[in-house]
Amino acid sequence: MIELKNITKEFIGKERITTALSDVTLSVAEGKIMGVIGESGAGKSTLIRCVNLLERPTAGEIIVDKQNLMQLSSYELMKARRNTGMIFQHFNLLASRNVFNNIAFPLELNHTPRRNIEQRVSELLKLVGLENKAYDYPAKLSGGQKQRVAIARALADNPKVLLCDEATSALDPATTVAILSLLKEINKKLNITILLITHEMNVVKTICDEVAVLNDGKLIEKGSVTEIFSNPKNELTKHFVSSAISIQIPVEYRERLSHTPVNGKHLLAMLKISGQCNINSLFCEMEKNCETGADIICAQIDYIEGVKVGTMLVELKNNKSLNGNESNESDNESNDSEIQAVEFLKNKNIDTKILGYV
Amino acid sequence: MYDGMIDLFLKGIWETVVMTFLSGFFGFLIGLPLGILLFITRDGQIKENRTVNSIISVAVNVFRAVPFIILIVWMIPFTRMIVGTSIGVAAALVPLSVGAAPFIARMTENSLLEVPSGLIEASRAMGATPLQIVCKVLIPEALPSLVNCITITLITLIGYSTMGGAVGAGGLGQIGYQYGYVGYDLVTMNIVLALLVLLVFIVQIAGNYISKKVDHR
Repeated sequence: MIELKNITKEFIGKERITTALSDVTLSVAEGKIMGVIGESGAGKSTLIRCVNLLERPTAGEIIVDKQNLMQLSSYELMKARRNTGMIFQHFNLLASRNVFNNIAFPLELNHTPRRNIEQRVSELLKLVGLENKAYDYPAKLSGGQKQRVAIARALADNPKVLLCDEATSALDPATTVAILSLLKEINKKLNITILLITHEMNVVKTICDEVAVLNDGKLIEKGSVTEIFSNPKNELTKHFVSSAISIQIPVEYRERLSHTPVNGKHLLAMLKISGQCNINSLFCEMEKNCETGADIICAQIDYIEGVKVGTMLVELKNNKSLNGNESNESDNESNDSEIQAVEFLKNKNIDTKILGYV
Repeated sequence: MYDGMIDLFLKGIWETVVMTFLSGFFGFLIGLPLGILLFITRDGQIKENRTVNSIISVAVNVFRAVPFIILIVWMIPFTRMIVGTSIGVAAALVPLSVGAAPFIARMTENSLLEVPSGLIEASRAMGATPLQIVCKVLIPEALPSLVNCITITLITLIGYSTMGGAVGAGGLGQIGYQYGYVGYDLVTMNIVLALLVLLVFIVQIAGNYISKKVDHR
């Protein structure tokens, strides 16, 4: 549905030329949700603005719904833009119009008869759950409500593509979840293709089918959300993934942590789970083989498209030491078998990192 | 004071009001489109055009630099050409409108600059034509600010119109000048002043009220 081919965008300044995007190729299939993630200044906003030619790329091709936008006249482009809805971080609602007239705005632009406008707007108000706010002005609405109005407005013309420019970045976490589920619902119900840009991996995790990572104007990694989450290749991608699935060592443990084995202390390890492993049976097997149990301190496991992805902080405790045997000899032994347990986990393809001893 | 004075003041008020509002109207007729052009031809705007922008900008600056009292005299040939005379209310309207237009153009440009650029971007994304952006986005969104701009212009025009009075345009200005300044009639002069202050207050209060009415921000 959306095809970006070798997009390059340069901004010509007085002193130098800034390359915002270099040779970005990206495609989104019909009905899919693609997320583009990147840090601020990576070129995300420029990229999404290229899709409806709010920014004209210096080179490359943009094909949306089989139409090569770069070849259209300005009049044809105006028509083509009506097939693409867009929502923004700061909503961009018209303060001079109430909710009803904001949603009616794109319909007014293409001279839809008033009667049809009324019908369509009330459908849309229902879709976004704002029937009772039709005659309020945007200034009176909360951020989430404003974004709902913006979504309704973007959908008014029955577009095939919806572009979301950091649509949830100005919202609180609970509202973000609500808006994302609304977007997902729209995607499923109307089979609308969504391209969204964000700097939050959580957004990608929640609704995207595919994800592309943008850094310094270049596309450094792309793939299905599962692939990227379970096996990120690039350092930056890893950073984004761990930002979405991250746990911290509790303060109490951090204070007790020592980097060398100490008598009476147990090994603290960070496990990265990805794929279809059965964590419970894995720990059972480990206990049998290495006589070491795993005490989960904290964990964050997510279920993304049929795969478990997550991180776990575990304390590996040798069974002997639990029996109250305090002799030095057995302490050494127990540390050894804890190391063995780590090796066991590594052999089972679990990314295991020893953090120290607590 | 003699009996005809009341009638004289009523006539003066009427002439001043007519001059102010009519020249305000004509001023906006010229100034508003100029202001919109100034805005949309700016760098990065919907009809970016450096040449047009510079030409209008220079013209506006030149006309704003001419002191109004000189503008009246300087424009006499042009005024004669349009209204056939250079004396009276009708003749005053020409320099008043021309004097107000560049002022209005700059204020309009400033009002439009206050409209968040995201709104223009959103409208472009929705496939709005430049004309639609001007009529359906820029003007309605800037309306509260434009109303304030009208208020300021009208008050300035009240002042200008009294200056016109000194050279025979009529209105309160002429009364104040003839009876007060030339005839040194303190009472008349002060009444004229009080009436002008009253007029300014009425315009300002009405302007504030309307601006608030149309402001939904």
